[in-house]
Amino acid sequence: MSRPVQYNTSVKLVEIPEGYSGEGFMSTSFDKAIGLARANSLWPLPFATSCCGIEFMATMGSNYDLSRFGSERMGFTPRQCDMLLVAGTISKKMGPVLRQVYLQMAEPRWVVAIGACASSGGIFDSYSVLQGIDQVIPVDVYVPGCPPRPEGIIDGILKLQELVKYESLRRRNSEPYKALMTQYGIQ
Amino acid sequence: MELTNEIIQQKLTEAFGDAVSEWAQPYSLLTLRVAPERNIDLLRFIADDKQLGFTFMTDLTAVHYPDRANEELCVVYHMHNMAANVRLRIKAYIPVAQPEIASATCIYSTANWLEREAYDFFGVQFTGHPNLIRIMNVDEMDYFPLRKEYEMEDPTRRDKDDEMFGRGSIM
Amino acid sequence: MSELVNISQQHHIKLSEESLQKQTTTLNLGPTHPATHGVFQNIMEIDGERVLQTVPTVGYIHRAFEKIAERRPYYQITTLTDRLNYCSAPINNMGWHMTIEKLLGITTPKRVDYARVIVMELARIADHLVCNSVIGVDTGALTAFTYVFQYREKVYEIFEEVCGSRLTTNMGRVGGFERNFSPTFFAKIKDFVATFPAVLKEFETLLNRNRIFMDRCIGAGPISAERALNYGFTGPNLRATGVDYDVRVTAPYCSYDEFDFQIPVGTNGDVYDRFMVRNGEMWQSLSIVKQALAKMEQLEHDAPEMKDVFYAKEADKFHLPPKLDVYTKMEALIHHFKMIMGEIAVPPGEIYYSVEGGNGELGFYLISDGGRTPFRLHFRRPCFIYYQAYPEMVEGGLLSDAVIALSSLNVIAGELDA
Repeated sequence: MSRPVQYNTSVKLVEIPEGYSGEGFMSTSFDKAIGLARANSLWPLPFATSCCGIEFMATMGSNYDLSRFGSERMGFTPRQCDMLLVAGTISKKMGPVLRQVYLQMAEPRWVVAIGACASSGGIFDSYSVLQGIDQVIPVDVYVPGCPPRPEGIIDGILKLQELVKYESLRRRNSEPYKALMTQYGIQ
Repeated sequence: MELTNEIIQQKLTEAFGDAVSEWAQPYSLLTLRVAPERNIDLLRFIADDKQLGFTFMTDLTAVHYPDRANEELCVVYHMHNMAANVRLRIKAYIPVAQPEIASATCIYSTANWLEREAYDFFGVQFTGHPNLIRIMNVDEMDYFPLRKEYEMEDPTRRDKDDEMFGRGSIM
Repeated sequence: MSELVNISQQHHIKLSEESLQKQTTTLNLGPTHPATHGVFQNIMEIDGERVLQTVPTVGYIHRAFEKIAERRPYYQITTLTDRLNYCSAPINNMGWHMTIEKLLGITTPKRVDYARVIVMELARIADHLVCNSVIGVDTGALTAFTYVFQYREKVYEIFEEVCGSRLTTNMGRVGGFERNFSPTFFAKIKDFVATFPAVLKEFETLLNRNRIFMDRCIGAGPISAERALNYGFTGPNLRATGVDYDVRVTAPYCSYDEFDFQIPVGTNGDVYDRFMVRNGEMWQSLSIVKQALAKMEQLEHDAPEMKDVFYAKEADKFHLPPKLDVYTKMEALIHHFKMIMGEIAVPPGEIYYSVEGGNGELGFYLISDGGRTPFRLHFRRPCFIYYQAYPEMVEGGLLSDAVIALSSLNVIAGELDA
């Protein structure tokens, strides 16, 4: 006994990229397909140090649910994650640790600085706090707030998804990217 | 007999005489000053004495008074008698040129990290401490940041405009 | 061989003779680790599964609160206190306001006291919910965590009604609150009080008498009452060892002596006892919130003019005047300007004041020299003090016990390092 066919009308799906389609096939360019795949399955590495970490936990919870956007699997090892979410204050003692974690991630990798402390040191303009993580690692998206609301964190990750979707496949080998890496002292 | 501030003061002056001084009761918390050589004797006395019974160390910290000559650093102990609910504050002043005082770790295990923090921030040398190294700041730091002569911000910063923050030449 | 000795000296570990031939493993439960909920490091020497020695390192989120506090006016320090135990920020805020009120000799009206009790107890519930569900997660029981976090969102909504912010609340002013309470505030609290007991019951059904959970937790990470007192433990960790010390009862503040509640205590001081004590405290906090709500309604019923009272009149200089007055009257404009520029001074004095925070006795040692900023402000942080006992609690036990002992202590990194 078969169920009647039900067409999905209530869940928003990602649109297919532009391309040439026909009977049973669809062709598009490599970078569009890969960009689509990467953008909608960003596996985050939560690097939660302080209060923004609790807001991040709330974002992962069922009320704000980050996993709707593809971040289903929270990995705690840098080897398996694409996106480093730095949530919380990074002190000078923690800076080398953060850098080490970033270096252990495999390309392509992106960094989101969640919160005012990660973006620029926040309210802690003191001798022991790193005034922004972009002093040690390159950052793609900054999410302001102290702490940012979960909607703000989701907004930041969606912006990152836009970046990832349209990123060129050859970006990691290009001159500006190499110059950025040498500026940070990363091979 | 209820433990009152007067009884504590009387017992301690009987036992320690001149070593304890500067009695005060700000907001009804009995505060006294002890000579730095006698601090462990005092802590042991108030813990062992059945009537005084200050067996709980609530807090241990230091304060830097740059204006007091020869007694710039003050080590402050907050003690608590839980059963009678009486608190006590003990201060010991030491010079910043030779900031040595005996460690309280022989009596209270809680003093371990509290003294490390006081050392890290102010440079107080606690003699007899099992492991007196920096606890909060990076190990390579060579100054004691909470002393009054140091600024809140990192001293090597170049991008903060002193004029705008009230430290410039015009102000 | 000498490199091993150098590495061991760097990490302050005393290696025994056998371990130089690598009979034991050095495990770095490092600052970033899913098991450490917060940034602190433990370098462990383990022999198979048994922990021989562990050396904790802290300071990875040292933000120099005490130095910053020497440069901030008194009411800007509230934002710093938020970030101490950030899971229960309102308790820290209220504690700081009460310290200044004691210094200035201000008594707050009853309505303010009851409202403060409500937000503090809700914050305590939020804090214990995090701790207990995380103990569950560390033993493998993730369901409880997801169910319970939904109700923390309700607590956040209640905080938003008062101060606009969810987590780092910066709630209230010296002498009271910044604005009167809206009817939504009371409606949301009533809704929470009505729906939360069922959720807490469900949480308890999942874990309290769960055979696996009990086998994991009973006997793990124990500490005796004498050692706990010597280490300066306070709060749920001390009450789990059997000592019924609670600042709300011994030195009642904020009209706590008018409320009827009990102090749950444990016996062994192990993980299971800490879990059960926190559960018990959540039930007590819920009962206190109900009582406070009833008392507020009774107060408004008896004296209807109290409905507009939300701060103490003596604390006027810490309150921004109403905007209409600022735009029309000279005194209000000057006062507003002075407040925003941080020029409100506090008389000289020295005070130590403590409240019962989510983790224990949170103390504020304030020395004021009569200026606009404190001369010295020291936070007596319970997490910092009891985390020292961690090596003693886990040495000789298994590695998995060490992990759940760490999460049961409820070490919040912000309070640890300040």
